[in-house]
Amino acid sequence: MPKRTDIHTILVIGSGPIVIGQACEFDYSGTQACRILKEEGYRVVLVNSNPPTIMTDPTFADRTYVEPLDHDIVAAIIERERPDALLPTLGGQTALNLGMALHHSGTLEKFGVEMIGARPLAIETAENRERFKEAMQEIGLAVPHSGFAHDLQEAVDVAASIGYPIIIRPSYILGGLGTGIAHTEEELRTLAVTGLDASPIHEILVEQSIAGWKEYELEVMRDHADNCVIVCSIENVDPMGVHTGDSITVAPAQTLTDVEYQTMRDATFAVMRRIGVETGGSNVQFAINPADGEMVVIEMNPRVSRSSALASKATGFPIAKIAARLAVGYTLDEIENDITKSTPACFEPSIDYVVTKIPRWAFEKLPGAKPILGTRMQSVGEVMAIGRTFTESLQKAMRSLEQGRFGLNCDPIETSYVSISDADLLEQCGVGAPERLFLVGEALRRGFSIEQVHDFSKIDPWFLDQMLMIVEERAVLAEIGFAGMARRSWRRAKRLGFSDAQLGYLWGVTEAEVRSARLAAGVRATFKTVDTCAAEFDANTPYHYSTYEDTDEVRPSDRKKVAILGSGPNRIGQGIEFDYCCVHASYALRAAGYETIMINCNPETVSTDYDTSDRLYFEPLTFEDVMNVIEAEQPMAVIVSLGGQTPLKLAGQLAAAGVPIAGTSPTSIDEAEDRDLWNELCNSLDIAQPPGGTATDIEGALTIAAKHGFPVLVRPSYVLGGRAMQIVQDEDDLRRAMAELAADGSLGREGGLSADRPVLVDRFLSDAIEVDVDAIRDATGDAVIGGIMEHVEMAGVHSGDSACAIPPQSLSAITLRTLEDITFRIAERLDVRGLINVQFAVKDGEVFVLEANPRASRTVPFVAKATGVPLAMVASRVMLGATLAELRTEGLLRPPVNTGHVSVKEAVLPFNRFPDVDPVLSPEMRSTGEVMGIDSTFGVAYAKSQLAASSRVPLEGTVFMSLADRDKLSAVPAAKSFTKAGLKLAATSGTAAFLRAHGVTVDIEVAKLTEVLSGEATGVTALDLIRGNGVQFMINTPREGRRDSTDGAEIRRAATIAKVPVVTTVAAAVAAGMGVEELTRGGVRKAFAVKSLQEHLGMTTHTGN
Amino acid sequence: MSAVREALLVLADGEVFEGEAVGHFPESGFASGEVVFNTVLSGYQEVITDPSYAGQIITFTYPHIGNYGVNRTDDEATRPFCRGVIVRELSRVSSNWRAEMGLDAQLKAWGVPGIAGIDTRRLTRHIRDAGAMPGAFGTADESVLRAAAAAEKGTDGVDLVREVTTARPYTVGDGPRRVVAYDFGIKTTILRHLSRIATVTVVPGTATADEVLALSPHGVFLSNGPGDPQTCSYAVQEIRALMNHRMPIFGICLGQQLLASAAGASTFKMPFGHHGGNHPVKDLRTGRVMITSQNHNFCVDHATLDVAADVTHLNLNDGTLEGLAYKDLPMFSVQHHPEAGPGPHESAELFNEFSDLLTRVHGKQG
Ligand SMILES: Nc1ncnc2c1ncn2[C@@H]1O[C@H](COP(=O)(O)OP(=O)(O)O)[C@@H](O)[C@H]1O
Ligand SMILES: Nc1ncnc2c1ncn2[C@@H]1O[C@H](COP(=O)(O)OP(=O)(O)O)[C@@H](O)[C@H]1O
Ligand SMILES: [Mg+2]
Ligand SMILES: [Mg+2]
Repeated sequence: MPKRTDIHTILVIGSGPIVIGQACEFDYSGTQACRILKEEGYRVVLVNSNPPTIMTDPTFADRTYVEPLDHDIVAAIIERERPDALLPTLGGQTALNLGMALHHSGTLEKFGVEMIGARPLAIETAENRERFKEAMQEIGLAVPHSGFAHDLQEAVDVAASIGYPIIIRPSYILGGLGTGIAHTEEELRTLAVTGLDASPIHEILVEQSIAGWKEYELEVMRDHADNCVIVCSIENVDPMGVHTGDSITVAPAQTLTDVEYQTMRDATFAVMRRIGVETGGSNVQFAINPADGEMVVIEMNPRVSRSSALASKATGFPIAKIAARLAVGYTLDEIENDITKSTPACFEPSIDYVVTKIPRWAFEKLPGAKPILGTRMQSVGEVMAIGRTFTESLQKAMRSLEQGRFGLNCDPIETSYVSISDADLLEQCGVGAPERLFLVGEALRRGFSIEQVHDFSKIDPWFLDQMLMIVEERAVLAEIGFAGMARRSWRRAKRLGFSDAQLGYLWGVTEAEVRSARLAAGVRATFKTVDTCAAEFDANTPYHYSTYEDTDEVRPSDRKKVAILGSGPNRIGQGIEFDYCCVHASYALRAAGYETIMINCNPETVSTDYDTSDRLYFEPLTFEDVMNVIEAEQPMAVIVSLGGQTPLKLAGQLAAAGVPIAGTSPTSIDEAEDRDLWNELCNSLDIAQPPGGTATDIEGALTIAAKHGFPVLVRPSYVLGGRAMQIVQDEDDLRRAMAELAADGSLGREGGLSADRPVLVDRFLSDAIEVDVDAIRDATGDAVIGGIMEHVEMAGVHSGDSACAIPPQSLSAITLRTLEDITFRIAERLDVRGLINVQFAVKDGEVFVLEANPRASRTVPFVAKATGVPLAMVASRVMLGATLAELRTEGLLRPPVNTGHVSVKEAVLPFNRFPDVDPVLSPEMRSTGEVMGIDSTFGVAYAKSQLAASSRVPLEGTVFMSLADRDKLSAVPAAKSFTKAGLKLAATSGTAAFLRAHGVTVDIEVAKLTEVLSGEATGVTALDLIRGNGVQFMINTPREGRRDSTDGAEIRRAATIAKVPVVTTVAAAVAAGMGVEELTRGGVRKAFAVKSLQEHLGMTTHTGN
Repeated sequence: MSAVREALLVLADGEVFEGEAVGHFPESGFASGEVVFNTVLSGYQEVITDPSYAGQIITFTYPHIGNYGVNRTDDEATRPFCRGVIVRELSRVSSNWRAEMGLDAQLKAWGVPGIAGIDTRRLTRHIRDAGAMPGAFGTADESVLRAAAAAEKGTDGVDLVREVTTARPYTVGDGPRRVVAYDFGIKTTILRHLSRIATVTVVPGTATADEVLALSPHGVFLSNGPGDPQTCSYAVQEIRALMNHRMPIFGICLGQQLLASAAGASTFKMPFGHHGGNHPVKDLRTGRVMITSQNHNFCVDHATLDVAADVTHLNLNDGTLEGLAYKDLPMFSVQHHPEAGPGPHESAELFNEFSDLLTRVHGKQG
């Protein structure tokens, strides 16, 4: 059946900010969907609060609402745009939940909006675990036995009826709090008590534990004619017990006989039909008992998911695109297979390579969180690698992680395992953890058998044997030695995925020596194609991976080509913003007639959609792997400055190898990164910086601090996202900080401290306004300011973690001119060709430069959304020689648009996943994503950004305040705003007294927690208030540095757990106060007004529908 | 670790591939046959034991083969008839609770030679472009392999059915009907399906119509099998006789080709055939698409049929004929494998259609 003609306008809901469990895979799927729906002639209305997404580029939808993903807001959009249909299955759990909320509130019915993709009943059956289990039993599929318990006895009874082992999962918890596996009743009793306590509603799920079973996922698609296909099967290397999002996974399934696979396939279709997902993609998870093949269903997601993005990248089958077509009425056989262009999409991809995904975690940034994996996802990003064999793809994936690993061990980091005893090593192989597979590799190298390692790890023996092959080959290679290598040996090693760096380490020679000897032996990478059909049909897909085989399939063209290096796995500090820039560069350069070549290894992104560039190479971003592509393609220029630190780190090496780097020269990049060169530059330009210096040891650091005075800011050089950055108050603290940096922590791993990698010690500027400036300069010296962002939080909160506004709200015209002037001078001096980002601190009107980065910054997409100027596109053209004047003429470079709107960016932090981490902002970046609020005033825009970040400003109830002394005075206006709006105030005694002295009414004075606990005081504590639902908003500023009271941390954590918004700076409190005041002005509560980006940017005026 | 035995694969057109010998080591130092490829991701055991591969060397496009070992239940025949297997990577371990033996050991036990380490993607692309072709592989010298590849006839015009068919009739199952199944290389999975609906007497591919009629069956089943239908004129003739008796007939794969031949149609050789588990086939009667298991190099030319028949199934990839229902005769056939083994199950319904056909012809209780 062709597409539906009874619907015209379709509302698509995005997934909001990047958070753990929901990352840019939904930008990939949403972008595909919007594009397809527009292509099909529908009017697309999109809502998503996440500015650095491609989908929110105003060209991807007819109306783009960068507004909070909140029920009332979306209802307002529906009322305004009158869509005929709502597509909620492409924006993750967020969109699904929001769609359901709109259904339950009657909004959809009221405005006659039809839910397409999945019906409410289907969503409900899939999402409600009880209902889901019943449905599965109804169709004869097994599920793990379980029951809920509300007290200890009930838990014991349920467990007895199920049998041990038992997994306990408390309801409504954060992180893995209170989760555990009990093998005996005694263990259960202990766990149940903790679990019940951890659950805010005193409820635990008592379930048959099948930890250690094999875990699988099947990606399925169905059309309304009931045609079903499996797109991909995925097998988890980490067995049941580790969340699939935190597991190393492999496609296709490796250890199932066809009989078992077909049973699982049949079951998947049965689940799809029973749940009633009529069209689109879903994901069904299974567990298999390795002892007897018993199969149980774990869950199904009735929407595209992280796994479906992975499956799309793994097979070349564009699930989201096809799901969008199915949702509007097409059947699978009516849709063409994009890749073969000759066969229909109604088929099951067959692949002739192996895909490995490895997650990347951020535990090093979250002190307090234990790096142990469980049933809750904790990773922040992932890499994928393609190889002809598992060994090759595994080692490629390991080096794609950019964590200093060259592959499965055989690198400097492996020396840290030497000190682990055999017993500990085996023990650790049994615990899901970020480093588990490397430890498994070590255990195999020590000679433990596959059986022994399997007993501890439960990792399937097939995977273990594959790893053993790598370990054995290493021994063989060591024996042969560098000098003894002949063609066959090189080929064998490379086919097992060994990197040149590993081999260099093994033989004690440089990577360059390995490379040239290998090439001399005639062993070079060949490129194969991802074609969905294992070469059965001719395909011209521009999607490739390297491997060591006989022949190459890529026939590079002789057009002018540009290679763009992507940003690798998402991590805190480097996420979707950089992918956005790379994608924009590709779009802009293609439009300008260049052929673009993308190199990246992150399966979640738009950049790794084979549609984005002329050719996609799914490769690790290491020197070796990048060089392979460059040698094959011979591009005229390589762009390294849009993908964040990842490609930038390669710039020097690539340039030295004769690779033409586009834009700003690697020397200039180095000049901005290298502290001494940078200081010289600032001195010669007479630009003020916070005074400071570099040190490689404690003595050096103490000397600098003594010279400039405390507090100082300490951080390693060459890192992004304020890694390991600390504000240090005194000598003792400084000694501790230096010791930490030098130690074999995660940073020591990457090389420790040395003259090459010194620590920067700077005077910390307190109470300074921080400002970000983005600018572009061309080869003729012409330059433009892209945007000036005034931060809400003071300097000292990492720019990535603080809110900021365009246009600046408090800076004087003179200051603004100074900022622009300094930016231009730095750009000129560095001979920037493309983007530059300069960060400033403005203290009492005096401007200090914090740093300059002659590359794309995290803020580029936000600026583009706020002003309508496509900075990354302009920059990429400039990098290839276009002048700003030319681009103005062409129309690509436009003046910023201001229709009177204020744009606020807010960071989204992952604290709700890590209950043991103190949710306080610091110079170390910890946000995973960001949101944008746009409105006509700063207060309302800020309030919107808070709502979008799930941290709603309070319009009723009680605000709790507990402030450090230095913050008390500046917090008074915020307190007044709240009381004026009719809110109640609760405060700790000191804060209460201070506020009262300044004429603010404090309704509740709470006792100090520590004092109540020690019996020094009595009364209601903040914890009592929080737990009794008596706090709607919390303002708690920590005392300076590491001297914060434990009280504060305890209260903040409790609030996070209770989902009470917490603000840890006065600046944010004041901004919230402004929002509250405006929204309640005149005693009436104003609803948020909604407006599309197209209207804000003057591209259209609203005419309704 | 056992020492690697370097080996080569040489195709009739001179292409050479480097690999290492696995499985059975033939005394001659080489094996030869027609090189074809199969794109299944799982089910290598079923493929290797499928008699339809008689005379052929099977290239697996999926690089890891042998991961889950082999077990007796999944065999499609008592032994393989293929000439050899070509893989990228043969597993050293068998990881599955159903495994009874490793694939390498099993290949040795079966006497099936293999070659591993081959750039199977290069090979597949070559066959796809140049067509299935004879080849030879082994540890012998390249010149020996070249000669062997050149001497290999391939499957055109070769009667491979005689190689694989049962010598004697036998009976399986206890279903309510009586069905005679022609064994042109019948797969065990087919028999498993048929015996649900009938007591099945399996007869050699050379059985005459009279021999079959003597068993007074309710229906006749024509099995899959290897090679070129045109070499089985003896079977075509007998099938025509059964047709004249208005015998209810169901044919699968080679069975479809022979049935159509009996109805006057001609068949042609496809460039590289269909071998895999992911081909979309549309049932034109319902509009539903089924993902099917496929294994054939020859195909019926619908236009040449003398007897009226409707096309019931079409391959959506290349539009080739996948199923026929005869208009005035109680006969139908499909080109793909509804029994799976290996592959998707959704067309198993066709066996019920056969049962329904028997009911239509013979009434409820026959
Ligand atoms: N009964 C169980 N025993 C052991 N591990 C389990 C069990 N149920 C789920 N898990 C593990 O927990 C993970 C998350 O469970 P799942 O139901 O898929 O939740 P989510 O919605 O977070 O994906 C699974 O991937 C699996 O590894
Ligand atoms: N001298 C300083 N005084 C006050 N705050 C500072 C100073 N230097 C840096 N900061 C704060 O630390 C944050 C991170 O520092 P920055 O140099 O931008 O590191 P990164 O390279 O990680 O972005 C800044 O956003 C700012 O808030
Ligand atoms: Mg799950
Ligand atoms: Mg910074």
